[in-house]
Amino acid sequence: MAAPRKVACVEIGGIPIALSTCDEGFLNLLRQRYDGFLSSSPPEFELEFDLTSTGPVSDDDVRVRRNVDDDEWLIERGDFRARWAPSTGRGNVRQNSNPYSLDSVLRILHSLILAGRGGFLLHAASAICDGRAYLFSGVSGAGKTTMTRLAPADITLLTDEISYLRPSANGYAAFGTPFAGELAKPGENCTAPVSALFFLEKGSENRVDELSSAEAVRLLMRNILFFAEDRALAEKLFATACDFVARVPIRRLTFYPDARVWDEVRNFDRNFERKVARNFQEVPEHA
Amino acid sequence: MPENCIYIARSSAIAARALAGEMMVMNSADSTFFTLNEVATAIFQAADGHTPLREIVRDKICRQFDVDPVQAQADAEQFVTELSSHGILLVSNRPLASEAPQ
Repeated sequence: MAAPRKVACVEIGGIPIALSTCDEGFLNLLRQRYDGFLSSSPPEFELEFDLTSTGPVSDDDVRVRRNVDDDEWLIERGDFRARWAPSTGRGNVRQNSNPYSLDSVLRILHSLILAGRGGFLLHAASAICDGRAYLFSGVSGAGKTTMTRLAPADITLLTDEISYLRPSANGYAAFGTPFAGELAKPGENCTAPVSALFFLEKGSENRVDELSSAEAVRLLMRNILFFAEDRALAEKLFATACDFVARVPIRRLTFYPDARVWDEVRNFDRNFERKVARNFQEVPEHA
Repeated sequence: MPENCIYIARSSAIAARALAGEMMVMNSADSTFFTLNEVATAIFQAADGHTPLREIVRDKICRQFDVDPVQAQADAEQFVTELSSHGILLVSNRPLASEAPQ
């Protein structure tokens, strides 16, 4: 008789997913790894895990393809193979018990769910400052982890690596994720409206520069985590990126790596609101 | 049919969005991304598959922009060649069915 499955529900970005396994050790591993993101909400989706023999995390590229006939996604890498059907919300995963493989599967699943809902995962650190979320994106070495290390004590870290973004009534909301980068520390499980996205560059001084919409979309698309070989979903993501650029201020933040850069971030909202108010006043009456 | 009669149509493999006065085009097959200037946008939008390029240049480009017709035609052909090499535009010496929604 097969061993009974045990379930842990992990809720990231307000989307509860039930993860089930027969393996007690793996259940404990995922409970520890996603501590802070465990939820008692009814799951929207379910993934059954079946473990293979222990092995290393694969360096292979992941392949994410839609099987149109069966209406399911096939997600494959050297260390895991998953199937997930959006229509039923159910899927199964064969992987070894490596936690990094587990992280990868969850990230990919969330990227697919989000793409359909107008959200996305962004290669960016994010944090809440004075009730508003700020995103810090850029290539490896640009300063994402540095920004989180320099954050003052009153800043709430959402992630130092993978930001989770969903559309909201007034723009976009950022959510904390357990997906950690160099900092090796999961984010807080909370959310805030996005105030700005900064593309980072290290320099000799702190400076905030405007970006053209085209440059902003280009940089955004380059840093969105998207794995699926699917034209329709790629087009939807492009539309989402354009919408995000239209609704969220996006700037280049050149920074000298010391704590003063956070003054620049704190002042951004105040300066931005002042500028918007000034532009509003400058619109001629009959324009 | 004259040899220089070129027809252009937008590929179905693209997504395009106008944002803050700029047209952004993405090839969804390989996620390559292009930004078009005003003249290129006018050509791109007029690429319906059945209007010859020289008519587009004469009726749209030369009327909307202060450009020399000969230079405009040469620039347009160069632009079309470039975008077709990236799979954004389809080019033929016969009318084409436009693959992309208007």
